[in-house]
Amino acid sequence: MATFTVGIVVFPGSNCDRDVSWALEGCLDIKTKFLWHESSDLNDVDSIVLPGGFSYGDYLRCGAIARFSPLINSLHDFVKSGRRVLGICNGFQILTESGFLPGALVANKNLNFICDDVDLNVITSKGGWFQKLNETQNIKLPIAHGEGRYHCDQDTLKKLTDNDLIALKYKTNPNGSTSDIAGITNEKGNVLGLMPHPERACDESIGGIDGLYTLKSLITQ
Amino acid sequence: MDQFEVKVFIRLRPSVLDPAGEAIKSASSKLGVAGIKSLRIGKMIEVKIESNEEDIKEKIELLCDRLFANTVIEDYEYSINKL
Repeated sequence: MATFTVGIVVFPGSNCDRDVSWALEGCLDIKTKFLWHESSDLNDVDSIVLPGGFSYGDYLRCGAIARFSPLINSLHDFVKSGRRVLGICNGFQILTESGFLPGALVANKNLNFICDDVDLNVITSKGGWFQKLNETQNIKLPIAHGEGRYHCDQDTLKKLTDNDLIALKYKTNPNGSTSDIAGITNEKGNVLGLMPHPERACDESIGGIDGLYTLKSLITQ
Repeated sequence: MDQFEVKVFIRLRPSVLDPAGEAIKSASSKLGVAGIKSLRIGKMIEVKIESNEEDIKEKIELLCDRLFANTVIEDYEYSINKL
């Protein structure tokens, strides 16, 4: 049996692709493969990460142009097959622009680019992306974004809440996001989008290991 | 085939907070212009396109709905001018 491989998608302007690879390979001994966005063959990979960065320079809207890449086109069947997709920061923006997840990410309320560690409450156990030990579990992860304010209408928020699709909420809302949302999953639970960067919290020497579990859960089948 | 000049206006939906618009509103009052009640920023996209007259509206609708605007957060309108 082939070794479980996580595909890391590289768009022009991605800049967290190597961090994700470092965290998966170096900290978790999980094999990775970079996938250029023009590739549409996803047969060699078992799960996928859409990393952070500024795909296509954030032109028009963050994630708006990446949506049209051949790889994102192939991602529809990949997601339908139940394999796991993790979108981090710009990856989350791409997942909403592409319709894999509802809502949109818009400019932070205070207009600042926020680069900080934030405390988060783990809300759902759907998809098993977080080690949900108890009802009030919280984790600390870094954020780094200018356009990370999750926005959705009231009907969508109700659907997210009723179906237990809210993955993470900020304890102290840094960007004005609807209902303090920092991450959400799809109904099946195999797609997770989040603004915080788990790959930047995988080693005590860089400030914490609360991101390890989420990256490790990429190999859950 | 005819030539068309299209102007597309994209604006944030009223329910979406526009912090950049608020910042400009604040700067406007610092310039000494009083009385601004609301200021919101949008985008304008100019397109020159060759098309049959019967298809032009459909093409522009497709561009607006699928690319130019994200209808979760934005509304759009456009004007089509035959050159």
